[in-house]
Amino acid sequence: MSGSRLADAWSALASVPDPEIPVLSIIDLGIVRSVARDGDSVAVTVTPTYSGCPATELISTSIRESLARAGFPGARIDIVLSPAWSTDWIGEEGKRRLREFGIAPPGSAVRGTSSIDVRGISPLRRTGAVVPCPRCASHRTRLTAQFGSTACKALYRCDDCLEPFDYFKPH
Amino acid sequence: MADTQRFEFLLRLGDSDLVLAQRLGEWVGKGPILEEDIALANVGLDLLGQARMWLTYAGEVEGAGRDEDALAYRRDVHQFRNALLCEQPNGNYADTTARQFLYDHWHVLMLRALGRSSDERIAAIAAKAAKEVDYHVERSTDWVIRLGDGTDISHERMQAAIDASWPYAGELFVADAVDEAMARDGVAPDLAALAAPWRAAVTAALADATLVVPTDDWAQRGGRQGKHTEHLGHLLTEMQFLQRAYPDARW
Repeated sequence: MSGSRLADAWSALASVPDPEIPVLSIIDLGIVRSVARDGDSVAVTVTPTYSGCPATELISTSIRESLARAGFPGARIDIVLSPAWSTDWIGEEGKRRLREFGIAPPGSAVRGTSSIDVRGISPLRRTGAVVPCPRCASHRTRLTAQFGSTACKALYRCDDCLEPFDYFKPH
Repeated sequence: MADTQRFEFLLRLGDSDLVLAQRLGEWVGKGPILEEDIALANVGLDLLGQARMWLTYAGEVEGAGRDEDALAYRRDVHQFRNALLCEQPNGNYADTTARQFLYDHWHVLMLRALGRSSDERIAAIAAKAAKEVDYHVERSTDWVIRLGDGTDISHERMQAAIDASWPYAGELFVADAVDEAMARDGVAPDLAALAAPWRAAVTAALADATLVVPTDDWAQRGGRQGKHTEHLGHLLTEMQFLQRAYPDARW
């Protein structure tokens, strides 16, 4: 299989959206770890985001469909857990699109063993990490809830434009 | 023999997550505020995802052809190996919060240690799960502080909930032959060694919450060996109903 065939497979994968955050493709999300030739088709290695993410099975189905349309029927999908997926694998382009979509992109996931990059609800435990508002860029924002519309997001509100917004948590 | 013990050990991890996930699911639609309703469902979903990975692996280690569903839906009370803490009823919101707080702080320590397991599959699952449980710890600890250091009523209920849950936490640090074998093989940490960091973290949070650390450390035991409180059977009747009434039903 030629390199350009593999490139075709990668472009097919780039058209598969994350079902929960459709502005991101699974390539933007950083969950496709490798694509290799596998007989007449390809084998795709995917790492799941959250253990209980209900989108995981739908993503696998979408990958198979998209690859079949691009001429790779019966593609194999291998799930690998290690190294564990990190939001640091979302590229700059992905982060820009998240912001445009109204979701604050994740800060760096590199952190100490106990301090989390999301401010606690209790003032006693706030770490002071700033999550800029994706709408007006204000730094005067605060956490409303550790879990938003999905496990990967926290719910914030902006004290300047007064809009609520989702924050893609560092993971 | 080693595989039997590893199977038992994996059931303990998987069943605790599964049973607690089911408890949290009972709150869906009844949370005190919308954000908490969503948060409880999300924490439960994380735990359910982790339970699936542990139980799938348990079934493979056992080698008797049982998958995650067979283990979740086709075992009776005495075959479950979850910690007693996880099966305790939801009670009021302080009770649910106390149960989660005590479990989360143990869970994150356990998963970090398992991330260094000599069993690569266990290490991979644990490293992944630990990142999720970091957020569970943050959330439940915030709520203990917020309710403890809140109104007179919330303070009183939070203290009562911590006192009531405390006897069920001790079991998490008591090793039996299975745990000792796992520690010897480098699969899992020495459970007793998790007690000091757990107590330090819990004590610091309770101090911020203006709550008192219970002084009686007498612990209820048996869940991890299959001896449960009456609550687990009632939980299973609901969780397993569909597969019991309509065996092999599929979507």
